[in-house]
Amino acid sequence: MPREGILIEKPLERLSCEQVQQIHDASIEILNNLGLLCFNKNAAKIYQGSGAAVSKVSGSNIPCWHIKIPEKLVTAALDSAPCTVTLGARNPDNALVMRGDEPRVYFITGSETNTWLDVDFPTYVSKADPKKEIKIPEFKPRRGTVADLCDSAHVCEHLETVDGYIRTVNIQDKDINEDNKDVNKYFACLNNTTKHVMSGLTNLKQLDDVVKMAEIIAGGRDNLKNNPLISFITCLVKSPLQFVDDTTETFMEVCKRGLPIVVSSSPQAGTSAPIKEAGILAQINAEVLAGITLGQLVNKGTPVLYGTVPVRARMDTLGDSYGSVETSQYNIDCAQMARFYSLPNYSTSGVCDVKIPGQQSSIERLFSDILVTLSGPQFLHCAFGLLDCNSVFCLLQAVLDNAHFKMIKFFLKSPGINEQELETVKKQIRDVVATPQKMFINYIRPVMRTGEISPPYPFEGEGDSDSVFALANGHLQELLAKPVEHIDRATTAKIYREIPGLLPRLNVYKGG
Amino acid sequence: MTEDLLVKIKENVIQGRKTKDDMGIDESLSGTPGVLELTESAISDSVSPDSIIIEALTPGMEIVGEKYSKKEYFIPDMLASADAVGAAMDVLKPLLEKSNVETKGKFVIATVKGDIHDIGKNIVAILLKGAGYQVIDIGTDASEDKIVDVIRQENPEYLGLSALLTTTMKEMDTIIKALKENKLRDKVKVLIGGAAVSDEYAREIGADAFCADGFEAIKVLEKCQAA
Repeated sequence: MPREGILIEKPLERLSCEQVQQIHDASIEILNNLGLLCFNKNAAKIYQGSGAAVSKVSGSNIPCWHIKIPEKLVTAALDSAPCTVTLGARNPDNALVMRGDEPRVYFITGSETNTWLDVDFPTYVSKADPKKEIKIPEFKPRRGTVADLCDSAHVCEHLETVDGYIRTVNIQDKDINEDNKDVNKYFACLNNTTKHVMSGLTNLKQLDDVVKMAEIIAGGRDNLKNNPLISFITCLVKSPLQFVDDTTETFMEVCKRGLPIVVSSSPQAGTSAPIKEAGILAQINAEVLAGITLGQLVNKGTPVLYGTVPVRARMDTLGDSYGSVETSQYNIDCAQMARFYSLPNYSTSGVCDVKIPGQQSSIERLFSDILVTLSGPQFLHCAFGLLDCNSVFCLLQAVLDNAHFKMIKFFLKSPGINEQELETVKKQIRDVVATPQKMFINYIRPVMRTGEISPPYPFEGEGDSDSVFALANGHLQELLAKPVEHIDRATTAKIYREIPGLLPRLNVYKGG
Repeated sequence: MTEDLLVKIKENVIQGRKTKDDMGIDESLSGTPGVLELTESAISDSVSPDSIIIEALTPGMEIVGEKYSKKEYFIPDMLASADAVGAAMDVLKPLLEKSNVETKGKFVIATVKGDIHDIGKNIVAILLKGAGYQVIDIGTDASEDKIVDVIRQENPEYLGLSALLTTTMKEMDTIIKALKENKLRDKVKVLIGGAAVSDEYAREIGADAFCADGFEAIKVLEKCQAA
């Protein structure tokens, strides 16, 4: 049985049917009349061979082609791209089944950050009253390592609301290089979580080793096809409207292997896309449709996710502003567009602009987490633990996010109102009104331990003190101390024999 | 047999089951007699009221209190247990009177004039009854005259006053003054509670204590008993 996720019975939609059609038409017109620049020769060839209008751009320092994609190619791609994409898992009970026509949301971590944020609780003494001491969290950034990635996967394995895992931290150890990063990154994740693992590739040369590793864990090529416990994410389109050479090549190679892949575009409204909602939507939709079309031309039936990470620019720096209200609006709109195409949507929420956990972080992430969840994207990359846009990862924040998502999931339960229930409660009301104390307390107990009542906020302090960080950190330490189910000894040995470049220190069965 | 009955009473106190129809924390005792039926059986079997209180009801409630402190139990669990003990105490009361066994004391409780909010007051009443106090609940919207009459009639050791509203809390001051005028103030300890009042307000009006909730009320009463 796959994971349940949370079904959004009435998804939040901002666009009317007419507006959805208008965005689609505008995107088709962009693809057909304006076209895209393509910096990848093989992709240009594939498009040319399929009936797109392809011409070499003259005067460019880098080889570049101009591609105009006719509507029929897009339509055919939308027909052949599977409506249902299954993301498998080392533990098959953690598989995710995503149907493009069903707004069932799965919460997934990510993205890759360079900075890891440690937390400490130093004691401060009051100048006015030296007897008065308080502990204040202090956050210390440093470069992420493979050990951090293991810890992150380990903790996310135990966070109930995390349905799948995208690597959260860029591994920057001295013995990690371009030639061994991908295998170590995937192994660190797969060995510490039994949930689905998604990542981008650093070096295409490692793709086959990564796939082979997954085949060994899954028990063979066919088993991996049926239970694709890994998937990939590629940003093949750079906004506005440009196929990037290396990621496009990676994308096509993954498609050839038939493994699930996210076609992701991340335009920034104001700089790499129009600032107006209509503009960024028409453009991001065109970019994703172009990628999906290429994927289906490379390998018809490749399972793809309609990946959208639109963001508004900050007006003070022109950097990303994931915390802006518009960013949530764009993501909600994109979920609706993906549903229009019956394709599972990879969407984004929970990324905040602030650099450390705190009030701003909670406000920004909870705002988008609630709203974007309500729009019903199937794959919600909801930035567990992410701060400072996509730059910083903090495990403590991930633990706090888990508590947020428990609340959101509880809120989204179906209302249990029916004739039988109403008869029961009418009797309760009659009975209680007849008693001298007129209290319903006796009726709480039958539902108190069944999960029908939302639990209290888990990090509530005693009295007037705000102990959220300290309590969450206590819980984090408990999770780190809990064991995880590693890949078994024999399989690990086989992986180490057959996959080059793996760091010996990641082998939990040292000495054989 | 006696020991078996007392163990069962204690178990049912912990589970918060007053009668056989009540559910407990889990389903292990479903359909079996609750505290009330078991207490009646114990009385029929000539088990002494002292034994029922000392060996079953009190230790049962102590365990419930411990579980509440450890956050294993919540207020509804505590109230269910206290309610079950209160029902048993009602059955035991005539026997205790006959045998001249002293109870922990008489506690008159009321929500003051102009205020009809009684959830907190009711919870405190249940908890105190479960803790072994004889509780006389005057109800809501109780005037100073009514309270003075009851105090004169019942001669309780304690008076608990509750007010939720900032507009009604001043009634507490009026009641304390009325007790003084009627020369009853020295005979009864006055505890106040409710969202509108505070420790500071208790001192201001000359009440003996402010209690944030029923548990604090029990602690205050225990201190009074020890003094």
